[in-house]
Amino acid sequence: MRIDPAALAAIAAMGIATYLTRIAGYWLARNVTLSGRVQAGLEAVPGAILIALIAPAAFATGMAESAAAAVALMVAVLRWPMLVALIASAAVAAGIRAVI
Amino acid sequence: MLAGAGQALPVVAGVAVYGTVWGTLAVQAGLSPLEVVLMSGLVFSGAAQFVAIDLWSSPLAVGTIAFATLLVGLRHVLMSASMEAVMRGIPPRRAYGALFFMVDEAWALSLRRVGQGGFTIAFYAGLCGFLYVSWLTTTLVGALLGRLVADPARYGFDVVFTAIFVVLIVGLWQGKRDLPSWAASALAAVACHHWVPGNWYIFVGGAAGMLTAILLWSEEPQPSHSQSGGGHAD
Repeated sequence: MRIDPAALAAIAAMGIATYLTRIAGYWLARNVTLSGRVQAGLEAVPGAILIALIAPAAFATGMAESAAAAVALMVAVLRWPMLVALIASAAVAAGIRAVI
Repeated sequence: MLAGAGQALPVVAGVAVYGTVWGTLAVQAGLSPLEVVLMSGLVFSGAAQFVAIDLWSSPLAVGTIAFATLLVGLRHVLMSASMEAVMRGIPPRRAYGALFFMVDEAWALSLRRVGQGGFTIAFYAGLCGFLYVSWLTTTLVGALLGRLVADPARYGFDVVFTAIFVVLIVGLWQGKRDLPSWAASALAAVACHHWVPGNWYIFVGGAAGMLTAILLWSEEPQPSHSQSGGGHAD
């Protein structure tokens, strides 16, 4: 099997860049003293990022995607297992796409 | 360890589909199966790897690919900042090793575990180990077998990640005070996704939510954190 030197360089650069992003926040949070205000901001990050990840699909892509998100929301609010949410969402999305 | 792997199980189904699809596309873009495994093992980021094969050309623009990877990874900066509180009991040297494996799903499931109580480094290792092995295996399978899952959208597989993140969001809900920052994040992400190409919307939405929380913060007596002495007005 071949490994192209340029491909190897690109892969190594990607690995380094990704690793740097994965440790940068941890390093900053350890070494920079944060005010209560900034801490409140950081506490909001997990929810905000998860919302950002799904918002375009849930609100602005199409009926199948919005319906799938709504079904997952319902299952989660009912505290049913995550696997149920995944299967139900995929089934609803596939069903709507088959009809439209 | 087993608990971590168990929590990863539903997520792995989605990861497996995307790993197979990515492996297929990567080989079509000109990567050898060995390069596929190397990239999955050293980068271990679906978003970065999809962007990279989109930019894969001959001759390779190594600088462009590295820069795009850095931009796609900016969301990790915010995530790893929130992992500091989670990993406070873990020696920094081990934490720096553990963070290599911090993919979106591992990060989200770790925070969920913290909420439920019972986050340990062994849990994290089981979670990440399972995700890592699944990613390596399925990207290689995709590279070797070719078009196995040609169109994940046809089977509804593409919404699996949306569903996972919706469930995790519901788990993070603490009350009405989350609403302003979550609404800001949703609006910013949808707007950014509409007007700006690429994956910027994740970072922009996260940053908008964080800024909203910072702006709305008021130094009121918090029931859990009793603050002694003068407040830090900034």
